[in-house]
Amino acid sequence: MFLVKCPWCGWREQTEFSYGGEAHIARPTGTDEISDQEWGDYIYSRKNTKGVHAERWVHTQGCGRWFNAVRHTVTDVMWDSYKMGEDAPNPPKDWDGLSSRDELEPSEGK
Amino acid sequence: MKKYSIFAIARNARNHHQDWERAWRSPDPKPSYDVIIIGGGGHGLATAYYLAKECGITNVAVLEKGWLGGGNTGRNTTIVRSNYLWDESAALYDHAVKLWEGLSDELNYNVMFSQRGLLHLAHNVHDMQEIGRRGNAIYMNGIDSEFLTPEQVKEMVPIINLNCRYPVMGALLQRRGGTARHDAVAWGYARAADSMGVDIIQNCEVTGFKIENGVVKGVETTRGSIGANKVGVVAAGHSSVVAEMAGFRMPLESFPLQAFVSEPMKPIVDCVIMSNAIHAYISQSDKGELVIGGSGDPFISYSQRGSFDQIEHVVGPVIELYPIFSRVRMLRQWGGITDVTVDRSPIITKTPVDNMFFNCGWGTGGFKATPGSGRVFAHSIAQGDMHPIAAPFTMDRFHTGALIDEAAAAAVAH
Ligand SMILES: Cc1cc2nc3c(=O)[nH]c(=O)nc-3n(C[C@H](O)[C@H](O)[C@H](O)COP(=O)(O)OP(=O)(O)OC[C@H]3O[C@@H](n4cnc5c(N)ncnc54)[C@H](O)[C@@H]3O)c2cc1C
Ligand SMILES: [Zn+2]
Repeated sequence: MFLVKCPWCGWREQTEFSYGGEAHIARPTGTDEISDQEWGDYIYSRKNTKGVHAERWVHTQGCGRWFNAVRHTVTDVMWDSYKMGEDAPNPPKDWDGLSSRDELEPSEGK
Repeated sequence: MKKYSIFAIARNARNHHQDWERAWRSPDPKPSYDVIIIGGGGHGLATAYYLAKECGITNVAVLEKGWLGGGNTGRNTTIVRSNYLWDESAALYDHAVKLWEGLSDELNYNVMFSQRGLLHLAHNVHDMQEIGRRGNAIYMNGIDSEFLTPEQVKEMVPIINLNCRYPVMGALLQRRGGTARHDAVAWGYARAADSMGVDIIQNCEVTGFKIENGVVKGVETTRGSIGANKVGVVAAGHSSVVAEMAGFRMPLESFPLQAFVSEPMKPIVDCVIMSNAIHAYISQSDKGELVIGGSGDPFISYSQRGSFDQIEHVVGPVIELYPIFSRVRMLRQWGGITDVTVDRSPIITKTPVDNMFFNCGWGTGGFKATPGSGRVFAHSIAQGDMHPIAAPFTMDRFHTGALIDEAAAAAVAH
């Protein structure tokens, strides 16, 4: 169990949310031309990253909205969340995965 | 390898058990091997064993980043069964059960395989339909499968409360199902493989590959570079991480799955009881602990812990079904990282890199398959072509569309 930051409601228990898998997977264009291999990759292949991972969440038990978030998949600490369509707010290269952006940069807290 | 027997115990008792030989050596890595297996869990060790025993390839190393069986092999709830829906799965899992039946003898190591019978409870009309369909499919594949009425369930499990919040409407029974001792499986295969010349190298993490013109030539490890003609990757929850080192992606996601054991008690449950509708299943170890498991966390993670809230999801239904356990104290809780495919079937496959093979995707339910998985994987590596039982499980199915959907048999039940 960990905390998830909803861009609208703030930090809440993970149990209020549902996970939506890897973020930023774009449906391929030219669908009548791409190979079965490319289709399969689009549907099934995942980064499944050990480390910093951009992913989708929905605030099921709250405002009901979808958003993206960046989380460390070893510590489960969420760095920050962001709205669909925005670029991922990447943590510093040397992020230890232990503190969120709000804890490390409180002045920039939104 | 000195044979284990009652005479060996007597002989060693005379020397106060000071002279037992080590179960396996601890060699330094050689410069190169015919086959390198990455991952010293049950499946990796079984692969090495069958390579040596049946394929005549003994110049083999098993590289394990931690200790043998320290991954999911040593973290699972040890349920063995072969009651899956599809023909492909029936062939694979029942191949394993048949090997389990002779394994202690074959390895000269007591893997404590106990065919104590396994019940799948049905709590609603949908469950009844599911066990009806699957039960018949299993039966048609020549695998034992029986339907039980609630009264018959009560006879097998007198402590069950049939009319609780989760009423029991029936059950599917596989009498040949049961449990085995997880560590013993890893150790037994390790000892037998070692005796045929396989090098088992612990504390040796693979950190990269040497790949030339699309052909694997060796691995980089925390103990230096090691050459290899062929590489078999059996890294369970870390398969995606290893695939990334080789430059491709797998159709896998890694989820934490946790389990619990209680304080030891006198024998009270003599079979395995599972249930898909409520995510809780239970058996009793030979030590007397209740072994309890549930469903995985609903997000990818490598935290190897398991979420706190899952505990209530598991313990609540257990107490509903078996009120007598309401005051039992839980002793330990732990998690493992399970590599889950979308169709809940494993991946046994060649890869985009020549001479590199993967055996993964066993997710929440691969312990039961350990001997069968190792055997068909060993033959596939040796032949350079998939063993017939393994052939339907290659990663090609994710673009041909020939998925083997075992969601009902395996998504919750392990
Ligand atoms: C809580 C829980 C309950 C379960 N219950 C059941 C059950 O009741 N019945 C059942 O059939 N299955 C069950 N399973 C699933 C089962 O445990 C697994 O499918 C099975 O044990 C996988 O075996 P393995 O040998 O492939 O993996 P593992 O035992 O995980 O072995 C993989 C090994 O690879 C090593 N490794 C990873 N990366 C590297 C690297 N880069 N270099 C070197 N080594 C590396 C790891 O350290 C690990 O030891 C359960 C799993 C869990 C977590
Ligand atoms: Zn919200």
